[in-house]
Amino acid sequence: MVSTTAKNWSHRMSLSTTVKQSDLIPKGFTKYFKHSIYSPLLLTFFIISLSACQLQNHQLRPTGDLGVIIERATGSVQVVNTTQQEPLAKVDKLGDLSHASVVFSRDQRYAYVFARDGGLTKVDLLQDKIDHRIIQSGNSIGGAISQNGKWIAVSNYTPGGIKIFSSDTLELAADITATPLNTSTEKKAIYSKVVGLVDAPGNRFVFSLFDTNEIWVADYINQDNNKKWEIQKFTNIGKQPYDALITPSGRYYIAGLFGESGFALLDLWHLEKGVQRILPNYNNNKQTLPVYKMPHLEGWAVAGRYAFVPAVGQHSILVIDTDSWQQVATIPVHGQPVFAVARPDGRQVWVNFAYPNNDTIQVINTENYHIIHQFKPGPAVLHMSFTPKGEQLWLSVRDNNEVQVYDPATFKKSTTFPANSPSGIFFTSRAHQIGL
Amino acid sequence: MVRRFSSSFTLFFSLTLMTNSSLFAYGETNHRTPSIKKQQELLHLLKQDCGSCHGMLLKGGLGPPLLVKDLENKPIELIINTILYGRPGTAMPPWQGLLSTQDATWLAQQLKTGVIE
Repeated sequence: MVSTTAKNWSHRMSLSTTVKQSDLIPKGFTKYFKHSIYSPLLLTFFIISLSACQLQNHQLRPTGDLGVIIERATGSVQVVNTTQQEPLAKVDKLGDLSHASVVFSRDQRYAYVFARDGGLTKVDLLQDKIDHRIIQSGNSIGGAISQNGKWIAVSNYTPGGIKIFSSDTLELAADITATPLNTSTEKKAIYSKVVGLVDAPGNRFVFSLFDTNEIWVADYINQDNNKKWEIQKFTNIGKQPYDALITPSGRYYIAGLFGESGFALLDLWHLEKGVQRILPNYNNNKQTLPVYKMPHLEGWAVAGRYAFVPAVGQHSILVIDTDSWQQVATIPVHGQPVFAVARPDGRQVWVNFAYPNNDTIQVINTENYHIIHQFKPGPAVLHMSFTPKGEQLWLSVRDNNEVQVYDPATFKKSTTFPANSPSGIFFTSRAHQIGL
Repeated sequence: MVRRFSSSFTLFFSLTLMTNSSLFAYGETNHRTPSIKKQQELLHLLKQDCGSCHGMLLKGGLGPPLLVKDLENKPIELIINTILYGRPGTAMPPWQGLLSTQDATWLAQQLKTGVIE
């Protein structure tokens, strides 16, 4: 998007390229321009307005090809442009970004940055500055923006639960406390940590409770002037859901289980069916390996009807048929996968790994499950993001303090630029994706 | 001559004792510290990789906070054991194989004294 005034200016400028300059000046003005004693004054006026026009044009910044890169150690973000493949600006004082994520307003003007220390910051991408900032909890893990763009929900570890804010002012709209872990009145209450928060069609938020094995659906009810968030709870969904995702259509919510083998699946079209367990045996009869970093499911790759998912405690990617919800293959990989990210056309899945294999990337061909490319971008590759049409893959190399951009068709690196301990890479195209 | 021998013997004896005791009781001595380079690597690991669950400032996340005040009632042996062998039933993995007993001991001492804070 562009701001209204900026749009007008750009319209005028585009006219000037196709129409002769003299045609831009109305006839009445030409008369004055030629004959009046005001002509020097008018000439000055036009020169000033034209230079203002150029200045304004220079400052125009469409936001559709922008992105935000988290600099985790310095609490700052870089605003980047994916057409130019370069950083544009830095915005700092965003708090502890050691585990940070970002969602965007539906007009792609604002980035909402969720920080580890409970900070929620609304960053203006047109002006490279903080628009609003609050500390909303003691410890948080991520968030989502509602379908209509009006609400920002944040999932919190301390105190466990979610909070919902107005996306405009960041005023608190709802405070939903998770299930308490201790019932003693003497002790300070501790609530379950909340993970895997997504937005779902119908202005709903869906999330999982790590310590109490639940999935909750928060639904915004606005009936007869009675506005409230109604919660539906699903219990005993499986041990320790550690993260979750929603399928691209917004229909299925799937939580990965850490405490046992398998996933918990909820059909959001048919909540009455309850939670179904899928792949309950993928880890059975196998020795599970230590997990030095929890896999992330937000980047769960759905290519065609198949989903490519990191296994927990196995050095493999699981392939799941999303029609039958059965496992169809296991692809051995280089280490404990953290992110499995599908190129937007679904033909490749790129995988990065947990410590101590986090210097390597593998690329899987989704037709035959072969590893078609493997390379080492540098120490501690934390995140990967495709541009919306998939012609670029950006990745962050934390311990080299750099961001690298690749052409996924040739695997050639097109550019590298410095960033301070970079982690998450988030493009504004996320504004129009269900679930984020 | 006799005196010199005696003092050398004492030194030798006490060193042997300390070395032995450090093998059995982690917390008492600190004579086998990792090299400076290794220490830097371990601090980096603590901040960045342990930090992915415990927070980069060790104020907690999916894992509990590891600040001095959170660990003051925990014996150092418990911390070393937790690092090396993990905590079954939780997300804490065993670091044995990636970290030596010496590394784990040094890290536990840093946590106890709050060096990273």
